[in-house]
Amino acid sequence: MDPAIVEVKGLGKSFGVHQVLRGIDLTVDRSQVVVIIGPSGSGKSTFLRCLNGLETAEEGTVRICGHALVENGRMIDEDRLNLLRADVGMVFQSFNLFPHLTVLDNITLAPRSLGRLSHRQADQEAHAFLAKVGLAEKADVYPGTLSGGQKQRVAIARALAMKPQVMMFDEATSALDPELVGEVLQVIRALAAEGMTMLVVTHEMGFAREVADDVVVMDQGAIIEHGSPGQIFSAPREARTRSFLQAVLAQ
Amino acid sequence: MALDFSPVWQGWQALATGTLVTVEVTAASLGLGCLLGLLVGMGRLDPRHRIIYGICTAYLTFIRGTPLLVQLFLLFFGLPQFGILLPAFLCGVMGLGIYSGAYISEIVRGSIQSIDRGQMEAARSLGMPYRMAMRKVILPQAFVRMIPPLGNEFIALIKNSALVSLLTIDDVMHQGEKIISVSYRSLEVYLAIALIYLMLTSVTTVFLRRTERTLRAEGRV
Repeated sequence: MDPAIVEVKGLGKSFGVHQVLRGIDLTVDRSQVVVIIGPSGSGKSTFLRCLNGLETAEEGTVRICGHALVENGRMIDEDRLNLLRADVGMVFQSFNLFPHLTVLDNITLAPRSLGRLSHRQADQEAHAFLAKVGLAEKADVYPGTLSGGQKQRVAIARALAMKPQVMMFDEATSALDPELVGEVLQVIRALAAEGMTMLVVTHEMGFAREVADDVVVMDQGAIIEHGSPGQIFSAPREARTRSFLQAVLAQ
Repeated sequence: MALDFSPVWQGWQALATGTLVTVEVTAASLGLGCLLGLLVGMGRLDPRHRIIYGICTAYLTFIRGTPLLVQLFLLFFGLPQFGILLPAFLCGVMGLGIYSGAYISEIVRGSIQSIDRGQMEAARSLGMPYRMAMRKVILPQAFVRMIPPLGNEFIALIKNSALVSLLTIDDVMHQGEKIISVSYRSLEVYLAIALIYLMLTSVTTVFLRRTERTLRAEGRV
């Protein structure tokens, strides 16, 4: 059998004396969509950032497609980290598009610079990814002229251009005006339908319920509950999950 | 007492040649200053690289904490004691370049650090190594932000370059003093020199303002 796409065992991390992640275990198989929910400050974002080395994990083991990223609390060296990062696409809350480059160059910069694709191939593929996120006509504009929803869709296309094994969404719709959330969720939904493996941190509970194969609830740096969306949303076992869901759904 | 500008008119050729030398000294020092500034500014990005950070900080502290005139004299009159006899022009360019490099390094560091952290994170998350991300994502954005403060530094450099006249370099200041030494018309000649510097700095200012406006119009600043 294939190794799991993401395999996390006993992951821990502290900022100073404050322990932000403790004993996290999680396995994500190919084509699985795992949604992580939980109150703010529960460590969801930090957890995602440990999976591509943007944060340094201090305890435990992280494997991406069977390759160690963190081994017993030790991060692998920079060169191997850079290679592994290409397998883990990340979409940020604040888009982080490169403002000095056109939409097309935003998408092609990494595959071209890393020598993965020729200029022409990269352009061709970028156009295809842009069409996929519904922005074929925006190839030559600068990100500054786009709406938030369009920016986030370009960011998704940019991450896809590295042909990652897994896509991570870190509150990808939290910075958007309400009327723009839908178009981004639609793109994520389509990726899920295509069988992309995904880890999604979100506050959109309806979306979580709809798209998730598995839901993980985090609180105070630990996974407190892990189950199917039906179970988590309809019959949460943990009191903390219940109070969190009540607070969110009351809005 | 009547003003007599005739020594200025008679010496216009010397003043013009001197102006050219001033521009040359300034341009060459600016080149050296930018190079040093880029290296030192980047060397001070991360205090965890202790040795590089330490060397760069020591350079910055010494250069900013001592008079430019003393630095120039150290190069021109001090080094010969060790048998290092550099041409005056080279001393002037090195002195001014090393001096402005310190200030430019702070501009470089500030501009790089003003770029949102998410830019580096996005580049790294795509698999780009640190240096590549710096070169292709961070620096192009930081350069645009450097232009206005670099312009101020450039203007300061033009004015500071008058000090190299004390190293026997025939810049516009030195040419003027030669005219004064034979005509005794200090007021008139210094006024003329002041106007020449004003012209140089004004042209620079206009040019920089135009560059900045273009960049702004493109939405890049």
